[in-house]
Amino acid sequence: MTQRQSRLKEFENRTLFLLGDEAAAYGALYAGCDFFAGYPITPASEIAEVMSRELPRVDGYYVQMEDELASLSAVIGAVWAGGKAMTATSGPGFSLMQENIGYAVMTETPCVIIDVQRSGPSTGQATKPAQGDVLQARWGTHGDHEIIALAPSSVQECFELTVASFNLAEQYRTPVILLMDGEIGHLRESVTFPTFDEVAREERRLAEPDTDLFGGEPIPPMSLFGEGRFIHVTGSTHKASGMRDVQTQAVHEELVTRLCQKIADARAEIASVEQDLVDGARIGVLTYGATARPARGAVLEARRMGCAVDFLRLITIWPFPEEAVKRLAERVETILVPEMNLGQIAREVERFTSLPILPLPKIGGVAHTVDEILEAILSSSSELGSAVG
Amino acid sequence: MKDDVIIPGPEKRLKPHRLLKFLRQEILPTTFCPGCGCGTVLNGFAQAVDELGIDPKDMVFVTGIGCSSWIPSPYFKGDTLHTTHGRPIAFATGVKIMRPDLKVVVIAGDGDIAGIGGNHLIHAARRNIDMTVLMVNNWNYGMTGGQVSPTTPFGVPTTTTPYDNVEHPLEAAELVAAAGANYVSRWTTYHVFPLMESIQKALQVDGFSFIEILSQCPVSYGKMVDMRKASDFLKFYRDQSVRVHKAKAMSAEELEGKIVVGKLMERERTEFTASLRRINERFRKG
Repeated sequence: MTQRQSRLKEFENRTLFLLGDEAAAYGALYAGCDFFAGYPITPASEIAEVMSRELPRVDGYYVQMEDELASLSAVIGAVWAGGKAMTATSGPGFSLMQENIGYAVMTETPCVIIDVQRSGPSTGQATKPAQGDVLQARWGTHGDHEIIALAPSSVQECFELTVASFNLAEQYRTPVILLMDGEIGHLRESVTFPTFDEVAREERRLAEPDTDLFGGEPIPPMSLFGEGRFIHVTGSTHKASGMRDVQTQAVHEELVTRLCQKIADARAEIASVEQDLVDGARIGVLTYGATARPARGAVLEARRMGCAVDFLRLITIWPFPEEAVKRLAERVETILVPEMNLGQIAREVERFTSLPILPLPKIGGVAHTVDEILEAILSSSSELGSAVG
Repeated sequence: MKDDVIIPGPEKRLKPHRLLKFLRQEILPTTFCPGCGCGTVLNGFAQAVDELGIDPKDMVFVTGIGCSSWIPSPYFKGDTLHTTHGRPIAFATGVKIMRPDLKVVVIAGDGDIAGIGGNHLIHAARRNIDMTVLMVNNWNYGMTGGQVSPTTPFGVPTTTTPYDNVEHPLEAAELVAAAGANYVSRWTTYHVFPLMESIQKALQVDGFSFIEILSQCPVSYGKMVDMRKASDFLKFYRDQSVRVHKAKAMSAEELEGKIVVGKLMERERTEFTASLRRINERFRKG
């Protein structure tokens, strides 16, 4: 039994009362994370605290860097040296990481970035929750790219989706963003730990000698430093061999198209949603993250009052679960999108349907209440002319 | 990979140089400008590696953005991580922590290391993490055409200080010594043999080792100060350099405009990754 297995055995099948942040850190440990570099920031600091305490116990390494630029830099360096690595931050730090997220995309470096979203722009409301980074996660770094981002809406899911993030990172050889929000990161609820063996871990696919590490197939295998292969890793446009070629149009087009397609083509496999659909629904509620909790409450309450409402929760935010959204749009006459920003995902939903989309934004560091969402559902319902009992 | 190396120049010079084995020969010649000091640094570094008998398999090169980052990446035949601008030391920190058995070398410019990445330099020196950083200081942002950098001398015109530089230059080597590195020196491309010895020393030090190498940029920097030949710089380095022990006896006025060369720091503070590993040993099953 490895040191990691014996440490995690102490948690197996136990139910603990944890913060979302803490559960995410334990998810990383179960996923095989052996390197964490970070910088303190509310509401993500508890992730670093758990990692600093636990990583030495599983023969991993924690380092607190001088800033978030350095944090993601160290993470990427650690990956090429053989590590499974992660960092965690919040909005301001996430903004600082954007350049290196692009570097990880371009160099196909599997790694995990947790963003426990807080109220912005800028320092905003510092400690208070928000969901304002969903489009930053998608488009924050420059240049054409695709990204994978997941959003948990419970503490248990913080654990599970951190594991999933590590696995997707390895599977698609790409950075994966876990879009938590301050509401979930600082929520304390029960989380049940699986056994070590119950957790599926995607291992890194390492290359045979003389295979290309940066092309030749949609998701090429990796190689690591110190094996005598003399690999060249660069954020500049490169050929399948890894060698830089910033002059040839076709080289850039082929590389960047492949980097986008490897994720876009796997949309159906990656995109995960939770849906609860009912017969005769004319209204759909589409939501994610912490907001899914009051939204779910409102949907159940509306149904209790006789108003049939479909519920769709995005677990994968990027690549966008287009098919699930289109299916929902075919069933209902209007879609409500409650989110803790001024309509970032509502805007994305509009791309896939001609139905009227009703954004239900809430900012200011306070989550929606059940009543607020319920009221919006009932008001839509009466506009549609439904009889509500 | 091409087998036949075409080395520019007269036919009689085609005998491969003994240090060519260290280079990715298929991508030669280098893109360095005529007269650039990067070739001297590359030569001195390769000599040091050769004389120490280090197997390049046991090294990792981490570089940033700028002319001198190209010295090892892609030219040096080793594992090369060519990172974002300013961040090579931070990337190298992750590499070294995960693979403490590998010799981690950062070669980058003054803009990269002391400018945009200055914070990483200070904190890596403070941690005293085992890596060798060669900061090739050409007094300007050469790749982008000769803009002022944090090391540009006071009163000098550059493309972005057309009315002369009104900022005082950073003394990077002294900064790193103060921040906590185990080994710090400063040399120039004029002092090729002491430089080579210093690189050898830096590669053997356990802890953060840093060499500031003044290196000529006759094209981007030289065009603004009428020093268009490499030899203009080498003569300047020769005439303006003062050895550390002599500098100690000189007043601030006497040292104005001088280049203090030699070893600025050597000590044996605890190395960072060794300390991390000692923590992990506490939890190892006995």
